[in-house]
Amino acid sequence: MAEEVKLIGMWGSPFSRRVEIALKLKGVQYEYIDVDLTNKSPLLLKSNPVHKKVPVLLHNGKPIAESLVILEYIDETWKANPILPQHPYDRAMARFWAKYIDEKCLPALWNACWCEKKDREKAVEEGNVCLKTLENELKDKKFFGGESIGFVDIAANFIGFWVGVLEDVVGVELLTIDKFPILCKWRDEYVGCSVIKENLPSKEKLGAYFRTRVESASQSK
Amino acid sequence: MSKEEVVLLDFWASPFCGRVKIALAEKGVEYEHREEDVLGSKSELLLNSNPIHKKVPVLLHNGKPVCESTVIVNYIDEAWPSPPLLPTCPYERARARFWGDFIDKKIFEGGAKIWGSKGEALEVGKKDFIEILKQLEGTLGEKDFFCGDNFGFVDILLIPLTTWFYAYEKFGGFKVEDECPKFSVWVKRCMQRESVAKALPEPEKVYEAVVMLRKMNGIE
Repeated sequence: MAEEVKLIGMWGSPFSRRVEIALKLKGVQYEYIDVDLTNKSPLLLKSNPVHKKVPVLLHNGKPIAESLVILEYIDETWKANPILPQHPYDRAMARFWAKYIDEKCLPALWNACWCEKKDREKAVEEGNVCLKTLENELKDKKFFGGESIGFVDIAANFIGFWVGVLEDVVGVELLTIDKFPILCKWRDEYVGCSVIKENLPSKEKLGAYFRTRVESASQSK
Repeated sequence: MSKEEVVLLDFWASPFCGRVKIALAEKGVEYEHREEDVLGSKSELLLNSNPIHKKVPVLLHNGKPVCESTVIVNYIDEAWPSPPLLPTCPYERARARFWGDFIDKKIFEGGAKIWGSKGEALEVGKKDFIEILKQLEGTLGEKDFFCGDNFGFVDILLIPLTTWFYAYEKFGGFKVEDECPKFSVWVKRCMQRESVAKALPEPEKVYEAVVMLRKMNGIE
């Protein structure tokens, strides 16, 4: 039976792009379906009734939601270019750091960009704590996954690309080279990888998207 | 083969520690249990083993620490493969992980909106919590356990959290059994397992601890 792989995503979503990176790394052919998050399609609502969010992977019609769950599914289903390490302890470390990124780093960095100006200094400090923790974890490794990109690097895509765009649009300094030289070096290696580079949204388009959000936020005040 | 050293840094009332205890028991793994005074003074070992979160549970396997209960349960399943806690089929495994993630995001935080508030906020918290349980009840369906006939990963993540439900019921003025009868049947079924019964605290004792927590947080 021919395999049918579809991805319901949104062009600007880092979570959606994580899945694309994994599929491309494994050489999996898929159909991409972009969704307007302000007007969610019946297909999205039917495929992810619990959260109603992207990304959703449809494999032979069966839906899987939550980007890190999808990454593990992809790794177990298509064996080429493993994303997670082999050894149980290393796998536990990878899962720990991906969780840290999703539960602590992303909310802190996002908040530092969008909070009220009066709260910004404290929010940036919290973001810095997260970035410093990641910097210390990276140490002298090229990627979180070692010599090549792995689970944690894919999870960190927001830090590798989206943060830079947000810094320009919102006018906040987060991932600076003086504070985080190792993480900045990682970022440059990361976006230099072909599988990453070819799966990023356009900087201009993403910048414009965030700019609209800044403008509507200031108008609603 | 040298003897394996397995140590669990624990707190009796923590449902997250409960998960790890159940998983180790299901696998028949012997371990040393160390109770942490989490509300008082945390041990050097805990602070060194989990410097990022400084929380229990921490599993130390031959001295190497694993933190975060869901990560630990996955680790236990992979380090001691028999009997498996996750299904064999990748799609079913993804389903299990999805619901594990749902439970992680919704239950404990949802419960905190009940015990940690009063008045209108408590009523909203209660309503939302019952909705979450109904979603879980829906996915359980007619099955004995969340992934089918066998007690496994999703059950292990969820059952310890139910030891806090008595406290939510007392503060919220409701009964889970009335709102979600099938869910209550599943709870009773899990509690019949030795691994579960031995690992979990009495809900009445948890309630006393939550009463204290409420006072500490200045909610009357």
